[in-house]
Amino acid sequence: MTSSSTGVASGNGLSGSADTPLSFRKPSGSRTLKNGLATAYAVVATILALIPLVWVLWTVVSKGARLVLTSSWWLESQRGLTPRREGGGAYHAIVGTLEIGLVCAVVAVPLGVLGAIFLVEYARGTKSARAVSFTVDILSGIPSIVAALFVYALVITILGLGRSAIAVSLALVLLMLPVVLRSTEEMLKLVPDSLREASYALGVPKWKTVLRVVMPTAFGGISTGVMLGLARVMGETAPLLILVSYAMGINFSPTSSTMGSLPTMINAGRDVAPGLPGYDRTWAAALTLIIIVMLLNLVARGISRATKLKEK
Amino acid sequence: MAKRIDARNVDIYYGAFHAVQDVSLTVEPRTVTAFIGPSGCGKSTFLRTLNRMHEVIPGAYVKGSVTLDGTDLYAAGVDPVAVRRVVGMVFQRPNPFPSMSIFDNVASGLRLNGVKNKGVLSEAVERSLMAANLWNEVKDRLGRAGMGLSGGQQQRLCIARAIAVEPQVLLMDEPCSALDPISTLAIEDLINELKESYTVVIVTHNMQQAARVSDRTAFFNLAAQGKPGRLIEAGPTDLIFSNPTEKATEDYITGRFG
Repeated sequence: MTSSSTGVASGNGLSGSADTPLSFRKPSGSRTLKNGLATAYAVVATILALIPLVWVLWTVVSKGARLVLTSSWWLESQRGLTPRREGGGAYHAIVGTLEIGLVCAVVAVPLGVLGAIFLVEYARGTKSARAVSFTVDILSGIPSIVAALFVYALVITILGLGRSAIAVSLALVLLMLPVVLRSTEEMLKLVPDSLREASYALGVPKWKTVLRVVMPTAFGGISTGVMLGLARVMGETAPLLILVSYAMGINFSPTSSTMGSLPTMINAGRDVAPGLPGYDRTWAAALTLIIIVMLLNLVARGISRATKLKEK
Repeated sequence: MAKRIDARNVDIYYGAFHAVQDVSLTVEPRTVTAFIGPSGCGKSTFLRTLNRMHEVIPGAYVKGSVTLDGTDLYAAGVDPVAVRRVVGMVFQRPNPFPSMSIFDNVASGLRLNGVKNKGVLSEAVERSLMAANLWNEVKDRLGRAGMGLSGGQQQRLCIARAIAVEPQVLLMDEPCSALDPISTLAIEDLINELKESYTVVIVTHNMQQAARVSDRTAFFNLAAQGKPGRLIEAGPTDLIFSNPTEKATEDYITGRFG
């Protein structure tokens, strides 16, 4: 290194001293080796992480696809069937899962979105906002079985009501609410303040600014958060086991004490011996659940893409 | 359509911080008034008090009075939302609404204030885009996103959006600082046309720009970092630039500091 301080290149040791000619040779052998090892490690780690995922997906698809591809699977229930008898479908469980998810979303989405609007638009930086955020963080760590026990204690022990699909939905609200609130909060925070100011400067009141400028800007992200939250709670099993009995027939009433659902259908068929028709139905139910969750994710993407304006 | 602004003994605070001290200034109707001065001297802050945008920031407040043709904007019972309908604003960075098309951006001020008549809206959009010298460039793609335009076009879109609600006064906070020279020229030409119908106040860091576009100039300065900014002097632009009364103004204009 030279003592010259006239230029960056002369003193930083990266391009040699000012007197030696510039060198553009490839890196030395040891550096090439280290680079190769690090790349190989990253690739192997990625593959190792993917193996269980692909394995699960492959098992479920290969064992469940045959039944899922039949029309009776989507149109018939399991009423009167034993594991030894062929036929039937998952209609009762699909109806139950969608109904429980829908009731849950109807409660959790308005609460979560309005809560996030309060936190970001009206109480940003205040003590109450921090307190609510902290509570939501704790809530998002609650195991589903604890949420189920809480609802059991409240609805069944204290209020004296029976077990029902609505009770399941309430327990799922406790799980979905933090997801919706948190993701909406993050999306609203991403909306630049300059847009709010632009709206205020047009003489638009704050509530209209939130409703017509901020919300549409964040809409894609918010709907993605809602769909992901919904996808999460639709696969929950503990509240279903505790708060409602599994029904093999079709039931549309959310207040009845029995209701079919995909997770409990899988649970009911978990110890059927391989080779029996009920064994295949259990795998098909698992595949159906995956398909529904995947469709929700696709819908979320579709919404955020469809609401985006063309630029050119 | 243009009104006179009278600011009397205005002090501006961000919480405990005293940002601007004792500014008294008159802005004449149908003129362009430029606010110049070094960074942190409070010119943008003062501009934002003229349409009560300053108080959007938590903890910010104003003392003194700002009147618009005799009506005190800071009197008790005045709705800041109503003030902003009359005193429009264009910001430093172009900020079109990303969820809206070009048409919807320009129509947004009217629509969000309850105008629903399609004929009225499209007439206002065409008139505003023409006034902002943007109509010919976008008339065939009004349904496309405003974010797809170039920076200079976006800023003219924002000007069109601001004038679509027909304000009495247009405040511009360094409207060209994010733009290239050609777009800047387009905006400056536009300002010259706008002053025929509006009172325009523009904050700029660019002395040549102040000299080119403004009729009157106000020079702001601050004694030291952390001290409040003050109005040093205000007057006709040619006088401020050729023969300023204050030494600090001359030093700033000739580039000796700032």
